[in-house]
Amino acid sequence: MDDRFAAAWRLLPGYLGQHVLLSAAALALGLVISLPLALLAARSPRVRWPALAIASLIQTIPGLALLALFYPLLLAISSLTVRAFGLAIPALGFLPSLSALTLYSMLPILRNGVAGLTGLDPAVLEAADGVGMTAGQKLWRVEIPLAAPVAMAGVRTAAVWTIGAATLSTPVGQTSLGNYIFSGLQTENWVYVLFGCVAAAGLALIVDQLLGLIEAGAARRDGRRMLAGAAGLVLGTLAALAPFAEAGGPAYVIGAKNFSEQFILADVIGDQLKKTGARVADKDGLGSAVAFRALASSDLDVYVDYTGTLWTNVLHRTDSPPRQQMLAELTQQLKARYGVVVLGPLGFENAYALAMTAARAHALGVRSIQDLVPVAGQLTLGGDLEFLSRPEWAAIRSAYGLSFKAQRSYNPTFMYRALEDGEADVISAFSSDGRIAADHLVVLTDPRHAIPDYDAVLLISPKRAGDLRLRQVLLPLIGRIDVGHMRQANFMVDRDADKQPPEQAARWLEAAVGLN
Amino acid sequence: MGGGIIELQDVGKSFDGGRSQAVDGVSLGVAEGEFLALVGASGSGKTTTLKMINRLVQPDRGQVLVEGAPAGGLAAPELRRRIGYVFQGVGLFPHLSVAENIGITPSLLGWSRSDVQARTLELLDLVGLPRGYGQRPPSALSGGERQRVGVARALAARPRIVLMDEPFGALDPVTRDTLGGAYRELHERLGLTTVMVTHDMQEAILLADRIAVMRQGRLIALGAPGELVSGSADPAVRALMDMPRRQAERVRSRLGGEGPGHG
Repeated sequence: MDDRFAAAWRLLPGYLGQHVLLSAAALALGLVISLPLALLAARSPRVRWPALAIASLIQTIPGLALLALFYPLLLAISSLTVRAFGLAIPALGFLPSLSALTLYSMLPILRNGVAGLTGLDPAVLEAADGVGMTAGQKLWRVEIPLAAPVAMAGVRTAAVWTIGAATLSTPVGQTSLGNYIFSGLQTENWVYVLFGCVAAAGLALIVDQLLGLIEAGAARRDGRRMLAGAAGLVLGTLAALAPFAEAGGPAYVIGAKNFSEQFILADVIGDQLKKTGARVADKDGLGSAVAFRALASSDLDVYVDYTGTLWTNVLHRTDSPPRQQMLAELTQQLKARYGVVVLGPLGFENAYALAMTAARAHALGVRSIQDLVPVAGQLTLGGDLEFLSRPEWAAIRSAYGLSFKAQRSYNPTFMYRALEDGEADVISAFSSDGRIAADHLVVLTDPRHAIPDYDAVLLISPKRAGDLRLRQVLLPLIGRIDVGHMRQANFMVDRDADKQPPEQAARWLEAAVGLN
Repeated sequence: MGGGIIELQDVGKSFDGGRSQAVDGVSLGVAEGEFLALVGASGSGKTTTLKMINRLVQPDRGQVLVEGAPAGGLAAPELRRRIGYVFQGVGLFPHLSVAENIGITPSLLGWSRSDVQARTLELLDLVGLPRGYGQRPPSALSGGERQRVGVARALAARPRIVLMDEPFGALDPVTRDTLGGAYRELHERLGLTTVMVTHDMQEAILLADRIAVMRQGRLIALGAPGELVSGSADPAVRALMDMPRRQAERVRSRLGGEGPGHG
């Protein structure tokens, strides 16, 4: 508990700074777009109706989906700009998060801005004309000051929403306070989840209070209050961004997919790089396909992937050649097609496998996937969030002609729970998972070799292909990590009792395999 | 009335694309120094007529001359800064102090800060408000005090013409009477030309030099109060003009104990 709290605390400056940067930029952009639009909409019913309708519609899209949608959208735009100007747009990280959050912030600002401007006393507006104000003077001296308190209430709502929704930017590769929540959820580290929630809520509260000060100042025409609120916001933002100022040189961006092993390995890579004085940035919790595309477009510099995954998902191959041949072909193809460097295998395999509890497997007499075929009609298959839509599952199904009674998707952590509780009879397990041994699971053999090999390999982005420092740091990792050590490190994070944060497991793994 | 400081020549206005005429061919001159009351029932077009003088309403046809020049020759804000306007709903800016409200037109005209300040104090004196009121928000004032500020705001940039749209309509009778009398005094003292819209015949008779009666967008009578009572060809106008007197007689008889209920 104390370890996890201390580890969470150490991560705070980086996460908070990124979170503040993202929220502040999205809110500022939202204001710049929404306030003039509110003015236009207040003046013209023809603009008002569609503007409010579109903003409301955007609000109905779940925040995570909106963020996710910007990834393919920006990829498409990027491919257009590459063709037109030879300039790529990063589709991952800050830009999609900023775009989605900006859209998300618009409705309250727009709605309150319009309400503030259209709700003004007509007698006061006529008086503004009558005393001889021009349209511009009327706007700045009468309409804006009188609408400001209502509009500010909208800005406050937008700020609270944006800060909350910014935690969802973690899966599209933008570091935020959501990193605590997503990695905590994956590793059942509830201290992290709680820490992330409290930090995001605290930030939202503070910003809300400062904006409230500006709102009260605007309502009471109290310049000092407005100034105090604005100064608080500016100083707070600067303070949160301070950690970035001292950094020098571009950082190595290390990617991680959304499970413990990836968090641990990313931390090992980061730690090794930091020991040489390099700066490191993390993009955690990425989806499989997202991670490779991000590397190919150099949004990531390095991450660990698995040969079988690359073989089926990236090269779209359905065959399953011997291990060495697959690695050689992958290395050659990824370099040729994407400029991605396959530096080498880490030394262990994390294959997709089907697993059952020993008791259940024994009762049904199941030892291989082949044995499942006659009984599958009475069984429920639990897959992780990706498995059921992955080509590996399609390959197994067609190779054996498997058909289950039901199929359910789980977050990897909850999948093991489901198996234990009998909610699922068979799950898609990972062969390097510490829980296989710990939970006494039986991994079903694959006599038809439908599932390819999944050797963990280090991948380097095209941009860093010629980076000698990176290669020098990473080469000692090649062939260094055996499956026993990896399982144990994974288990340190995944187990229920004496749970460790991924950083601790990474330190243990480094020591265990002699990396220093 | 040729050569008046305000001249309306056959002005007309429709708010529904010509199906009905809010103001229908009104011609009217106001002499310098005159106090003219525009009276008529609701919807008779009196407020629209008033607003066409400072272009708060743009006439569809006809011409408006102000101080001898077409009102359309100036940008509307510039015209309005030269004409004081007292609003029906007072229309003080709630986010500005009393002093800032009074000083708004001078500051729009680019007066120096000290000139605006001096003028504001002068006007508070003129409309009979304590100087200390200048720093208060309008919401801290009574209805009568607010309309005094409204009058002060209209006079701030030393206009020669003041337009008033039912200025005292929302006030209690005592305050209305006091303020009406006080304004008439200012009108004399400052040599103003005033056009006031009112639906209160008694107020019109007590304050105005001449009364213009409107009905359904048309000017149906124009003259000094006494002329209209006796000389108007229109019996409706005579009845309208005569009403305050009949009311006064009834009031007197009831107060004197000779009313029908006390026999």
